[in-house]
Parts: sequence; structure tokens; C-alpha cells
Amino acid sequence: MAQVSLATNIAGIKLKNPVIAASGTFGFGREFAEFIDLNKLGGISVKGLKLRPTRGNKPPRIAETPAGILNSVGLQNPGIEAFIKDELPFLRQYDTAIIANIAGDTVEEYCEMARMLDDTEIDAIELNVSCPNVKSGGAAFGSSPGAVSEITSRVKACCSHPLIVKLTPNVTDIAEIAMAAEASGADAISLINTVLGMAIDIHKRKPVLGNIVGGLSGPAIKPVAVRMVYEVSKSVRIPVIGMGGIFSGEDAVEFMLAGASAVMVGTANLVNPFACLEVIKGIEEYMEMYNYRHVNEIIGKLDTA
Amino acid sequence: MAKALKEKVLSLKMLSHSVFRMSIESEYISSTALPGQFVNIKCGDGINNILRRPISICGVDRQKGTFDIAFQVRGKGTRLLSEYSGEDLIDLTGPLGNSFSLPHTLIPQKHSKVAAVGGGIGIFPLLFLLKEMNNAEKHAYLGFRDCRSMVMVEDFREVTDKLLISTDDGSAGYKGAVTDLFEQHIKTWDKPDIIYACGPVPMLRKIVSIAQAHDIMCQVSMEQRMGCGIGACLVCVCATRQDDGWKYSRVCKDGPVFWGQDVIFEE
Ligand SMILES: Cc1cc2nc3c(=O)[nH]c(=O)nc-3n(C[C@H](O)[C@H](O)[C@H](O)COP(=O)(O)OP(=O)(O)OC[C@H]3O[C@@H](n4cnc5c(N)ncnc54)[C@H](O)[C@@H]3O)c2cc1C
Ligand SMILES: Cc1cc2nc3c(=O)[nH]c(=O)nc-3n(C[C@H](O)[C@H](O)[C@H](O)COP(=O)(O)O)c2cc1C
Ligand code: FES
Repeated sequence: MAQVSLATNIAGIKLKNPVIAASGTFGFGREFAEFIDLNKLGGISVKGLKLRPTRGNKPPRIAETPAGILNSVGLQNPGIEAFIKDELPFLRQYDTAIIANIAGDTVEEYCEMARMLDDTEIDAIELNVSCPNVKSGGAAFGSSPGAVSEITSRVKACCSHPLIVKLTPNVTDIAEIAMAAEASGADAISLINTVLGMAIDIHKRKPVLGNIVGGLSGPAIKPVAVRMVYEVSKSVRIPVIGMGGIFSGEDAVEFMLAGASAVMVGTANLVNPFACLEVIKGIEEYMEMYNYRHVNEIIGKLDTA
Repeated sequence: MAKALKEKVLSLKMLSHSVFRMSIESEYISSTALPGQFVNIKCGDGINNILRRPISICGVDRQKGTFDIAFQVRGKGTRLLSEYSGEDLIDLTGPLGNSFSLPHTLIPQKHSKVAAVGGGIGIFPLLFLLKEMNNAEKHAYLGFRDCRSMVMVEDFREVTDKLLISTDDGSAGYKGAVTDLFEQHIKTWDKPDIIYACGPVPMLRKIVSIAQAHDIMCQVSMEQRMGCGIGACLVCVCATRQDDGWKYSRVCKDGPVFWGQDVIFEE
């Protein structure tokens, strides 16, 4: 049988395959390097970075819900400087795309981080716009097209790396937000971040999470994510990276048919350290089954007739 | 180094109305595990019941290449675990976490006196610990809800020089909290050199304060809700002291065993 080709290129980011470990579920790769060969991954989006070291939210930070989990880590991270100094050299030993996922309390913080990353050997920046905008009352940057526009254009001006804008699903019209990012210079869109949720321990009459609310991820959000990837792919011309509940190659193919050029695997890593590799293999098997030679042939090939 | 394994269940025994002991065949775990470490078990299908469940290793048989866990059925994960039977394959990662420091590494010159204090499901890792200690005088204090909940007492008796039991309702042993039993005891008996404790947070907090009041080294094993179990997702934290301030440490990787004085127990 002819070898299938999984290599792809999104917005100037070269990927040996379209499977990227999602931010926050893969740390900085060190722990997973004990289980798998990181060279086999398309890429790694690192734990969300902030300008300064951040402790994160009070525990418990995780709850199991039907076919999903809620988390409220709250961006515990060592800060961007420590990332550049201590984590990036480790990651750079591997031949895989390294994506720096960044989050700020203000637009200025995002810009400062982007400037600090400019002369480092990362492959792309992923803007996490799900964080509360401290200066305008705490609503997430990602919930208004205006704020997404501003943050995208300002960060784009500070940095020469490809810029991926990661959207939150907690909005009414996700296509509108995606278009705002595209118009402001985003090179790609990734989606979805977690869906805001909550779980209650009825015996203690208390929230399960220390932070009361958290973000839902896993298979439970997959249909929501596929729908949003579909809507966004139809509305923008820049590449879309899809995620939300991808546990298998079949799941990934669903996102790709809906229009995603690549996928990210998050929660699945928590359960199965081999999850990313299994997704890669599953995509390959699908391509072989239907005689696709190149992975790009399945992107957006959804038949809605 | 931890591995992801699929191992054979050898036996599952019911020890009380809610506690089970499972023997699992594993060359790797039995030959590498240290006391205090745990395994993270996929109890369900990993999709509808996503998360693995962390369970301590309560003993190893290096000759036979097996290890044991003991667990209490609490919710759906542990219920599913109690439905395994011999020959089933069990999907687990391990051995995970750090381990207790054995007495000879802490006090090399001395035949030391140690006290292991456990409450409820916290007793299980202590069995492995006590078994691995040679050349120490070993006392164990175990707290149970009532006499019906008492498990593994004989196993503990075999590996200790002295075993004391408390129950909340007084149906066996001392009536009251295991911490009170322990505190009364160290006032009369000369004090131990090292305390190892595992159990609910209020118990651990009390043990640490007793240890500090009597100036005794103390290690505690913490519990927290976990995700990955390998240190990557940062969901399993507890607050620990650091220089002048504090930080959140990962129970799965930096722990589960911490020095008592380093942990900041929540009110
Ligand atoms: C390092 C470590 C070692 C442990 N060793 C043992 C052991 O040897 N024997 C034993 O019986 N139990 C042990 N536990 C506790 C055990 O993990 C929980 O009782 C179990 O996860 C409950 O799962 P469930 O599905 O029955 O309960 P559910 O309430 O349905 O669980 C819901 C979620 O909460 C988590 N959770 C609930 N209670 C706890 C808890 N106390 N600690 C951590 N997570 C919890 C579960 O893992 C799951 O993700 C240990 C916990 C830790 C952290
Ligand atoms: C424990 C955990 C931590 C996360 N941390 C981040 C983060 O730091 N930055 C970010 O952009 N997304 C973060 N996410 C969101 C994921 O990257 C992903 O968008 C989401 O979980 C949906 O994908 P999944 O269902 O495959 O997990 C986190 C998710 C989880 C479960
Ligand atoms: S459970 Fe993921 S870091 Fe501890």
C-alpha cells in the first residue's frame, strides 16, 4: 500500500502530522517524555504562560462529570521567563512544533510576553483569550469581537512568530469572533477552550471545585466543538485547529471533515499517556481505509448535500 | 520511572463490607515500587468514566512478581474496581509519586523508633512501609470507624512490635480519635524518632502539631483529586511552605509524601 502522508503546514508552522498536544494537559512535555517519543508528535502547545509566576486556584481543581471533566487549575505556571530559560531548551531537543500558549490580565501583558518570545525558538504563539480582561470589568477578552480584534492586532505587531488565536466557546456567535481575529491579523484559529461549568457535591451541599466553577472538557463537549469548528471554518480563510473531546483517530477525522487543518488532543492525555500517538495512528488508518494519500485531502470534505 | 501497564488481576478478596484487597501480577511494579507510591487505575471505560483512580501500593511480593492494593468502595470508580475478577486485565500507570524516607536514611547510626499512624483508607500505604523497614522498633496506631470496618489488623500485627487500635464508637480498642490515642501514648511511652501518617486532613493536621510539640520528625501522605497522576496537569495540588512564602505542590509528583512541617493545612 502507498504510504500516506500526514505532514502539513499551517500558517507557516510545519507539522509532521496534524496532531498537537493541547495546552494545559501536557505540561512542558517532560512527564510525557517518560512514556512516549515526543518527536512523533505534530506539536506541543505548552501549559498556559503568564507574565509572572502564578499559583493558580485553590484545590480541589478537578471533578469528573459524565463523559467529561471540569477543571479549575487557574493557570498555575512558572512565568514566561522561567519557561524561556528552563523549559524551552528541553522542548527544543525534540523535532516537534513548539507552541507557546500565553494569557494575560491586560493587553499590555500579552504584548510584553509576545515581545519576550520574539527571539526565541518557538514555532508559534497561541493566544488564550479566555482570561478575564482585568481592565474592562473582568469579562473574558474572547467574548467580544472588539477585544479580540485589539489583542490580536497589538500582539501581531510585537512579534514575528505565527499567531494562533484560541477561542472560547462561551460566546453567542463564535464565527463573528473568529472573523474579528482573522481581520486583525491572526494566522490561524484554534478552538475550543473549555466550556464553563459547575458540579455540586449534594451530600456536602458544596461545589466540588475549590473555585466553584470550572471548564468542562472531554467527550462531553465534542459535539459542541465540532459544530463550532464547522461554523468557524466556513467563515474564515485562515487555517483552523480543532479540539474538544478528541480521544481517537475517528474523533480527529470528524474535526478535519468539519474543516480543521489540524487538531489538538487535551483531556485524553490525562487518561492515556499514549493518546496523541493513538490519534495519529487512527487518522492514518482512516486514510488507508479510504485511499487518501495526503491528510489535506480530508480537510473540510464534509458533504452536507 | 512510571510505566503504563496492563496487568493481570490474580485475586480480589472482600475484607469488610466495603473494603477489598486485590493482588495484581506485575514484574515491573513489584520490582520498582517504594513505600508511599501509588498506581493510577483506569476503573471504567475511560470515556464515560474518564479519570483514573489513585490507589496506594500496600505490599509487594518481589519473588512472585506481584503487588497488592486495598481499597474502599466509595463511588463509581471504586465500585467498578470491586467488580474485577481473577484473570481480568487491569490498566494502570505506576509506580507514581515519591516515597516515604525509610528510618535508616534519616537516622543512619541508630536503631530508631518509629510510629505509623493511619486513619481509614490511610492505613494501606503504611503496611508496605512497615514491612520494608528493618532494624527499627515499629509501633502502629490505626483508627477505624467501628469494629466492622477493621481490616488488615493481622497483617499489621505481623510487621509491628506494637499495634494499637482506636474506633470512633469504642466497639474495638480505644474509643475516640486515633490522634488522641497516639498523643496519650507518646506521653507515657518514650517518644518515637519518626512519625509516618496517612489519613484524612484533620487527622494529619493534628499529627503534625503533635510532632512539632514533641519535636519529632514527621512525614505525611496527602490525598487530592487527580487527573494525569504524572505531574503534567497541575490539578492535584496542596499548599506547601517555600522560603518565606508558599506554593502549590503536586500531590502526584512532589508528593504524596511531604514533611509535616511543609504542608499548609486548610482550615
Ligand atoms: C495518593 C493517593 C493514594 C490513595 N490510596 C488509596 C488506597 O490505598 N485505598 C483507597 O481505598 N483509597 C485510596 N485513595 C483514595 C481513592 O483515590 C478515592 O477513594 C477514589 O478515587 C474514589 O473514587 P470513586 O470513584 O470511588 O469515588 P467518586 O466520589 O465517584 O470519585 C469522583 C472523583 O473524585 C476523586 N476522589 C474522590 N475521593 C477522593 C480521595 N479521597 N482522594 C483522591 N481522589 C478522590 C476520584 O478519583 C474521582 O476522580 C488514595 C488517594 C490518593 C490521592
Ligand atoms: C487540566 C486542563 C488545563 C488546561 N489548561 C489550559 C491552558 O493553560 N491554556 C489553554 O489555552 N487551555 C487550557 N486547557 C484547555 C485545553 O487546551 C482544551 O482547549 C480543552 O480542554 C478542550 O479539549 P479536550 O476536550 O481535548 O481537553 C486546559 C484543559 C484542561 C483539561
Ligand atoms: S494529577 Fe496531573 S499533575 Fe498531579
